[in-house]
Amino acid sequence: MADWRESFRILFARRVVLMAAVLLVGMLLMAILCTWVLPYEPMAMKVSQRLKAPSLTHWAGTDELGRDITSRIFYGARYSLAIGACTAFFAAFFGTLMGLLAGFFKSLDAILMRLVDAMMAFPDILLGIALVSILGASPVNVILALTLVYTPRVARVVRASTLVIRELPYIEAAHAVGLSTPRLMFKHILPNLMSPILVQLSFIFAYALLAEAGLSFLGVGVGAEIPTWGTMVASSTQYADRALWTLMFPGLAIVLTALSLQVMGDGVRDLLDPRLKGNT
Amino acid sequence: MNSLATLSVRNLQISLLQKKGALNLVRGIDFEVMPGETLALVGESGSGKSLTALSIMRLLARNAQWQCQGDVLFKDDQGLEHNLLTLPEKTMRALRGHRIAMIFQEPMTCLNPVITIGQQISESVSLHLGLDQSSANASAMRALEQVEIPAAQQRFHEYPHQLSGGMRQRVMIAMAMICKPQLLIADEPTTALDVTIQAQILNLMARLQKDTGMSMLFITHNLGVVAHHAQRVAVMYAGQIVEQGSVADVFAHTQHPYTKGLLACLPGRARQLSRQTGQRVALLDIPGQAPSMAITPTGCSFAPRCHSCFEKCHQSLPEWRGLPTHTSLCHLEAHS
Repeated sequence: MADWRESFRILFARRVVLMAAVLLVGMLLMAILCTWVLPYEPMAMKVSQRLKAPSLTHWAGTDELGRDITSRIFYGARYSLAIGACTAFFAAFFGTLMGLLAGFFKSLDAILMRLVDAMMAFPDILLGIALVSILGASPVNVILALTLVYTPRVARVVRASTLVIRELPYIEAAHAVGLSTPRLMFKHILPNLMSPILVQLSFIFAYALLAEAGLSFLGVGVGAEIPTWGTMVASSTQYADRALWTLMFPGLAIVLTALSLQVMGDGVRDLLDPRLKGNT
Repeated sequence: MNSLATLSVRNLQISLLQKKGALNLVRGIDFEVMPGETLALVGESGSGKSLTALSIMRLLARNAQWQCQGDVLFKDDQGLEHNLLTLPEKTMRALRGHRIAMIFQEPMTCLNPVITIGQQISESVSLHLGLDQSSANASAMRALEQVEIPAAQQRFHEYPHQLSGGMRQRVMIAMAMICKPQLLIADEPTTALDVTIQAQILNLMARLQKDTGMSMLFITHNLGVVAHHAQRVAVMYAGQIVEQGSVADVFAHTQHPYTKGLLACLPGRARQLSRQTGQRVALLDIPGQAPSMAITPTGCSFAPRCHSCFEKCHQSLPEWRGLPTHTSLCHLEAHS
């Protein structure tokens, strides 16, 4: 118990981390609860209320079909956050596995890294567009495409760190204790990789939010009928000169969430570093 | 050759294979470590001491190509003899950390920074002795108490950075000793520590050795440590053992000029000699530097730096001279 309290104390010692956490938790709660607590249906159209500016009835205004933007932002958070989280998780998982293997086994290194190079040769968004257009526009396919786009990044970072760590004396010492290679990799090297992986995780989560928005903007995202932050930004562009709020609020949601994720990622990384713990 | 030995190394040669050719770093060394005995391997940096230790453990750096020839025979507690150089990796892994343990020079960097002390110590017992987590933890706790770590209960849950250098070396010793190995290879275990801590660590190691009756291969360049803590000593120079014998013999009746030089470099010894002879004995050094390992010398490898070398030294390789209990690789005795 004391351990948990201590962890929270360290994590939230920095105000900005606390703010980020509050923002993310708030966003998550609203995403879950929005259909019950908000007065408007995210899909309900009302032609008489088209492109209304923010007011007391519609806090963030309405879009071109008279739908309440506040409701849509929180409803869209379900998709956007899910896509971001799944992409970050899968990319981190496969990337870590690839990076560890490539860093540890010289024979695999060349093969895996050339594969990574080949994938990284394409610009992110181009590869995403290509993959989604082949697979078809749906949330699952967007996750799949973005995972493929971001896995090589993680693999690179993890490989580089593995190469450094495997040569350190404590790994040699662990070897001298008689540990097997898998145990060495997953029990001794992997924990030391947590900070770069976590940083990548928070980056990719944020990148995926933006990439999803980008893909949707270009019309190869999750499909126009699903309200994500990306599709909202995409459909707002035609009216942005007359109704800036249609663009601003979804955009703000993307920016604030991405920013909070990065700050949280930093905070958690600091927390996981035992060197910063218990020195007081 | 005595078959009682825990470890016998016979004509061990270690070469680093490079594109340009092989670099012979250890050139045929022989030594034995008896049960309960401490053999000190001394020599300057680059003489091949650590390489010898690593090759016994089969832990030579994997990013280079090595070739090891000769025999490294290890007798386990059932009296079975294993040639460590040819053993399959799986069997070797079962011996490593269990029957043969190793302590490294740098206690600061030899512990994993993100794993608690307790976990790191218990890992070895749970692995080799198949203990479950709770009995492994209990065993690790006992090991921590055995190496005289104060507040072991608390230290158990701490991370390496929270411990001082001496503490960390104690933890390394606990890790090495937990499976009660028959052979402990200590590669300059006190070099990175300050003098008072050095003495504590050495005394601790001596006590543990007495308690368990294990053999020790002690690698150091500190002759003072050798005098106090080893029974026998082997002096290495340029990949060869040049003098080997009991500590008393080697220190009192030094045969090889290199060993003489090493002893003359000791400030304490120079002072002692000054007092005994009533004359000022200058603190000496050995001129020149260790030879390049790329060249295979035609004569004695120490000849270019030797005070008492003569022409034969440059022409032919010296042979072993002296009694079996104290031998040296030098032309000198035969000449005079």
